[in-house]
Amino acid sequence: MANDKAYGLLINYEYCTGCGTCEVACQVEHDIPIGRYGIKMATVGPWQIDRKHWQNDTVPVPTDECNLCAERLEKGKRPTCVKHCQAACMEYGPVDELAQKMTTAATKYMLFVPKAGTTKA
Amino acid sequence: MTKKIDIPHKSEKSKEVRPSFFNEPPVMYTGGDLPWQWEEDGMIATRSAAWSAPGCHDGCGVIVYTDKETGKFIKVEGDENNPYYNGRLCMRCLDVAEMVYHPDRLLHPMKRDPKDRGKADAWTRITWKEAYDIIDQKFRAIRDEFGGKSIIFASGTGRVTPPINARLGYALGSIQYSYFLSGNACYVPRVAAANTIQGCYTCPDFSMQFPDRYDNPEWRAPKNIFVWGNNPLIANADGNLGHWIVDCMKRGSDLVVVDPRLTWLASKANLWLQIRPGTDSALALAMGNYIIEHDLYDHDFVDRWCYGFDEYAEACKPWTVKRASEVTWIPEEDIVEAAERMAQQPTAVQWGLALDMNQQCITASQAVCNLWCITGQIDIPGGMITVHDPYNTEVWLPPDPKEVFTPEQEKERIGSTYQMITNSGMVQCQADSMIDQLVTGRPYRIHGAWIQSTNPLACCGQDPKRRIEVGLKNCDIVVGVDYCMTPTLMACADIVLPLCFYPEREGLRSVWYYIQNTNKACEPLGEAKDDFQINWELGRRWNKDLWPGDTLEEYFSYLIKEAGITYDDSRKLNWIYPEFHYRKYEKGEQRPDGQPGFNTMTGRIELYSLLLQQWGEKPVPYYQEPPMSPYSQPELAREFPFILTTGARHYESFHSEHRQMPRLRSRLPYPRFEINPDAAEKLGIEEGQWCWIESPIGRCREQAHVTSTIDARVVEADHGWWFPEADPEDQGEGCFATYAGNINMCLPSQCGDTGFGNQCKCYMCKVYPCAPEEIPLRTPAEPRDRFAEGSFRNYTLEAEQKGEE
Repeated sequence: MANDKAYGLLINYEYCTGCGTCEVACQVEHDIPIGRYGIKMATVGPWQIDRKHWQNDTVPVPTDECNLCAERLEKGKRPTCVKHCQAACMEYGPVDELAQKMTTAATKYMLFVPKAGTTKA
Repeated sequence: MTKKIDIPHKSEKSKEVRPSFFNEPPVMYTGGDLPWQWEEDGMIATRSAAWSAPGCHDGCGVIVYTDKETGKFIKVEGDENNPYYNGRLCMRCLDVAEMVYHPDRLLHPMKRDPKDRGKADAWTRITWKEAYDIIDQKFRAIRDEFGGKSIIFASGTGRVTPPINARLGYALGSIQYSYFLSGNACYVPRVAAANTIQGCYTCPDFSMQFPDRYDNPEWRAPKNIFVWGNNPLIANADGNLGHWIVDCMKRGSDLVVVDPRLTWLASKANLWLQIRPGTDSALALAMGNYIIEHDLYDHDFVDRWCYGFDEYAEACKPWTVKRASEVTWIPEEDIVEAAERMAQQPTAVQWGLALDMNQQCITASQAVCNLWCITGQIDIPGGMITVHDPYNTEVWLPPDPKEVFTPEQEKERIGSTYQMITNSGMVQCQADSMIDQLVTGRPYRIHGAWIQSTNPLACCGQDPKRRIEVGLKNCDIVVGVDYCMTPTLMACADIVLPLCFYPEREGLRSVWYYIQNTNKACEPLGEAKDDFQINWELGRRWNKDLWPGDTLEEYFSYLIKEAGITYDDSRKLNWIYPEFHYRKYEKGEQRPDGQPGFNTMTGRIELYSLLLQQWGEKPVPYYQEPPMSPYSQPELAREFPFILTTGARHYESFHSEHRQMPRLRSRLPYPRFEINPDAAEKLGIEEGQWCWIESPIGRCREQAHVTSTIDARVVEADHGWWFPEADPEDQGEGCFATYAGNINMCLPSQCGDTGFGNQCKCYMCKVYPCAPEEIPLRTPAEPRDRFAEGSFRNYTLEAEQKGEE
């Protein structure tokens, strides 16, 4: 990924179901041992807000072990977490393009620029 | 990518009696332009469908990567071109290499003297020929002396195994195709109820019948999706992928979730009905009553296509919203909103296991089914589509016994006195009667058991120690087919046949909507074989007509003959969707005589079921208090105050499988039960604490998960636990210590009046902390020499890996 701009992961956490696919896909792809993660889900909730609403969100957070699947990108593939996400709520791309999407899209978006996101290839 | 093909319809009528009236339109859609195998980065990529083993209901499209030089398995990724899941995958497939290369994998057939059942060090390796010879000789001898009826052929939950298991038994002359779950209470009751009422089965329309999925111009997203009694994101109920519901949410669908627990879907739902377990039909009847009283039903559909509306309306009448609210614990206004939403079109219902695991399961299913019928959801875009096996491909539903047996012989099926079970199209033995017979030998002994891809001591068998284990041990011969040594096989089996995993096999995958090959990407390790192959090879010894073809591939071609193609064609076409039509009942496509209407006696959907009436059941839905509840058993409730509901699933496992995979096990190390913080505080129970869950019939230990998402009067407990790292031999809590954490120790094997249903979702229990010395699961270890002479581990991958060191 020859780049001189930042790349990141856009998460639409309204739909993240906490299925753990991203965590395991990443561990398998990068041979990361049990107990360590390239991406790890953080959970906020569940608690009851009012009679009809619950706070119950999960957000996958890329760690310092995430290299945004550099080898896959070179081969024209998407990062494995993005590809396999069962809720299809993750997207990879240049930060400016992803940020643009945040301005037009619905709510509950999170944009991550992991350590590897600004490393030139 | 999608290719439309006009097929020359040879219409070669099969000799099967199974419904041949579902002649598909002469058009099919395929993934025909895509390669099924190619080279990529020094690897060979093979397109395939994952459908067991390891077990799963789904058939996600996968790419299996193997080493170009060695041919060895490397990994699995999702297949982005596959319409079923568009490249997505769950952790169990992504991590499947841990399974393929797991040390516990069985590599060779083995035998053990029946007097040594339960011993880990009494195994002898044998060849496949010897294994087949022994099974052949012993099963034939039993059949000739006692009749085919005295051998059972048992499989687990639906994957490819049910049809091939039934067919294998039929080839020998045994009608006893079986399943150990009390009341056969998984899917089958709902299918039986739906078939009885509608003359066909229906599924929620998430566009899965179209290769172009959500882009299909005819499809529209359901306005409301009811998720009733299941957690489809994890369980993927009935072969439908739960995350399709998330896809529909993004496309505007609203959610109504009926569940005693706050699942993720419940937490995002527009309406969550936190129902008291076991009261689903009270809710459904009240919704029906509200819909009818407020004139919200689809008059045109009811007038033209339904029978018995007035009687059904009468049955709903006593069910005021107020009364239902008292029974179900659901606030009145929420029942009203649910009824109003149900009446909107299109509404789809993903129903599930909670409706089966109730002794009144048939009437509960009928009560829900009638709701989507009177609101006109049948076969409309975004509603409830009518389904059948595409091209009658027999890999999901079992074969029709009428192919082989006379009506008199069919009556020998255990439990055939249950009218509903015998006549509703189900061809399984009634489980509780079958187990009774195993245990008591009355009215005649069961001498042989074929146990394929099922682990009833750890998973689907209720009261397993006193019933399943004792019953199986009463057999003269027990044959087990699995990929690792399970508690069931260690305790009971005399012959064990090693099963391979899906990257290593050929096969056909089809559940309702389309057909895809499972393409073999690599050779099985050791001498493992796939279940199709095993049953075909053995079945041909008994009846070649039932297992036709000179090769396994020819047998697959036989299975898809009505598509007018061979297995090899199917491989090249990647996936095959028959053209789908909505509103088939208007066009004569739902009945064998080509007339409009449904395939029932009246030609209409029977809201008042003439068949149920004929079988001595109540023809309209009703509610009956569960036999074990705080209301029906107030005395007992003083000692056992909680309603016990069991069987919630986790992403990390499929029933009792995947427990030995280090990565997945690390995420969910031990069985867990959910308890409300208020209840936990009163009992002095903290998060993570090991507790006894005790019912009037038994107890087991699980770890507490204290959460406000469950009602303080309800406890929910994991199922399917055993401990692959524990001693294989029974040290008092079953082989591999399965009974230590097996919730079925608390649940009886007791069906409802129809022969269907059990109490797995609504029983009674108390909960209390374990004493410190009662927590042996923290440091489980196998005390014996793993590779002693005769140890089954000598025939596992672990032994081979050890030999290579």
